Amino acid sequence: MGILESAQVALRALASNKLRSALTMLGIIIGVGAVVTLMSAGNAVQDFITDQFRSIGSNLLFVAPGTFQTQRGPGSAPSGKGLTNGDAYALLDPFLAPDVAAIALELTGSDVVSNGAEEAFLSISGVSPNFAELRNAKLSAGRFFDIGDQVAESRVAVIGPLVVDELFPENALPIDGQIRIGEVAFRVIGTLESRGGSAFSNDDNVVYVPLSTAQTRVFPSRGSRGDFQISVIYVQAASEDRAGAAAEQIERILRQRHEILPGEDDDFTVISQAEILASAGDVLGVITVFLGAIAAISLLVGGIGIMNIMLVSVTERTREIGLRKALGARKRDIRNQFLIESVVLAVVGGTIGVVLGLLGTLVIGLLASDLNPTLSLQAVALATGFSALVGLFFGIYPATRAAALNPIDALRYE
Amino acid sequence: MEVSSSVADSQNGAVIAVKDLTRTYLLGDVEVRALRGVSFDLRAGALLTVMGPSGSGKSTLMNLLGCLDTPDSGSYLLEGEDVGRLNDDQLARIRSQRIGFVFQTFNLLARTSARANCELPMLYAGVPIDERHERAERALEMVGLADRMDHHPNELSGGQQQRVAIARALVNDPAIILADEPTGNLDSKSGIEVIRILQGLNRNEGITVLLVSHDPFIARHTDRIIRLQDGRIVADERVPHPLVAGESQRPSELDLEEEVA
Repeated sequence: MGILESAQVALRALASNKLRSALTMLGIIIGVGAVVTLMSAGNAVQDFITDQFRSIGSNLLFVAPGTFQTQRGPGSAPSGKGLTNGDAYALLDPFLAPDVAAIALELTGSDVVSNGAEEAFLSISGVSPNFAELRNAKLSAGRFFDIGDQVAESRVAVIGPLVVDELFPENALPIDGQIRIGEVAFRVIGTLESRGGSAFSNDDNVVYVPLSTAQTRVFPSRGSRGDFQISVIYVQAASEDRAGAAAEQIERILRQRHEILPGEDDDFTVISQAEILASAGDVLGVITVFLGAIAAISLLVGGIGIMNIMLVSVTERTREIGLRKALGARKRDIRNQFLIESVVLAVVGGTIGVVLGLLGTLVIGLLASDLNPTLSLQAVALATGFSALVGLFFGIYPATRAAALNPIDALRYE
Repeated sequence: MEVSSSVADSQNGAVIAVKDLTRTYLLGDVEVRALRGVSFDLRAGALLTVMGPSGSGKSTLMNLLGCLDTPDSGSYLLEGEDVGRLNDDQLARIRSQRIGFVFQTFNLLARTSARANCELPMLYAGVPIDERHERAERALEMVGLADRMDHHPNELSGGQQQRVAIARALVNDPAIILADEPTGNLDSKSGIEVIRILQGLNRNEGITVLLVSHDPFIARHTDRIIRLQDGRIVADERVPHPLVAGESQRPSELDLEEEVA
């Protein structure tokens, strides 16, 4: 008897006991559905985070004072010399740092910002003119600072969309509006497009002013060596491939400038975007695999359910097996029939499970509008393949038992 | 016990030739010598009943003749082929192609039409699907169930179910039909109807039929009776004037015992 005919016999047997077949499949349905949903959701979160980092800017390295490896932990006061304008401009040396394409400087702080009527305590960033370009900040109106503003220490500001909402609730386009940061008056020359919350902070809720103005008027920050302090240097590497090389060059230059002896730790930190992405990706990957593994356990339980029912079915149909053998069925005909039954149970269950997983993915997409979950084809292939294997594996024992039945005893079985 | 040589079939043209068959099996710790040397021949076109009390070895003999089991010693030639030493798959092929079984309890597949039940042996014999349909229909017509082909067993009477089982036994054109107490679960009217069909198949189509029965009245419808006791043949005799099914009334049990003995 061919496989096709065995399959027909198996399908007829399953169809003749629909409720039991459905209940048996339920374990596999839930298992596969869970695997597909969780893996799709995991991938969606991973995509979301990758997008978030992309929106910060490409090929970007961050140089911050202090070190995240100190025992005081991240967020502690910078322990070393800090970073200065001079440190930043030294990174532009084309011989010492050939892979650094551009830099932007930022000095951050916070202060009370008002426009006479409204008042708010906001983050203030003094940034160099190319900040907008490096960080992919897009203007919704007006203009960003230029070299002229920087040189002149102009009292001009570019504000984020949330700042617009807070300070100018009546006016969506507050160009040329007046604001005060602390005691200093500024003129608004541009507003930014919304970017949403990033991994670190909400860039929409910041008032940007020229770095020179911030360093002299808002947060006077002359360092011990007479140089102005800054909070972060953004470095754009020549290309994504060269980001690692650029990081090494930056490290070498800054160690020299900070007179750090060989063997001593850095008093600054260079983080590449790729590193952040990779570590975030690693963590998410582990979580996704972990969730998948938990879901796979339910697949396993489903498989055991199939084996259980197949064993019951073999016992229940002992006479039928005896009859089939008496009528000329070989061992392998009986074994194939029961194997196909269990594989069909598993694969049909797996297919329904994929549909369930698709629905689950859609529901997640509806509930979490930031995520854009797509059906993970990998998960679908994995889950269906795995469920077929589960059916095969857990079908072998009952099928072998059925095939081994002695026809005489089987026919006499009550 | 000496077997009457007058009824022994000739070696030539024998469908079944068994010689000194023995079969012993273990029932728990007890060794049961179910067959202790059974020999007989059966020519093509025979109609025979094996009789005997329970424990006489009837079932064991049927299992051996049906190739469901193999003997410990002795030989069994089915249409000249020694089937006593075949492996499982080869035995399955013999069962599929040369033997038709009719059981006391019908053994039809539930929730399966009469037609599909009849097609079952052909499934395992590798008969193409069109031919399967055709042969199943022809067999059902032969047992008078042309109008019940799509009925499921639960929609058929016991007698009708047994007729489906006979049709199923016929479809692969077997060398012999082995019927184990085919009337045991039927009322006398349905029983006679089943015997009438088996008799008809034997008389008209020349099909060899071996019945197992403990009913002397049923045995009187066949040409020959082999009596088993304690694993041996104690009598092998020709029935002088076989009854034609449906033409004679069942006499009282007492009369029958006398008549057959």
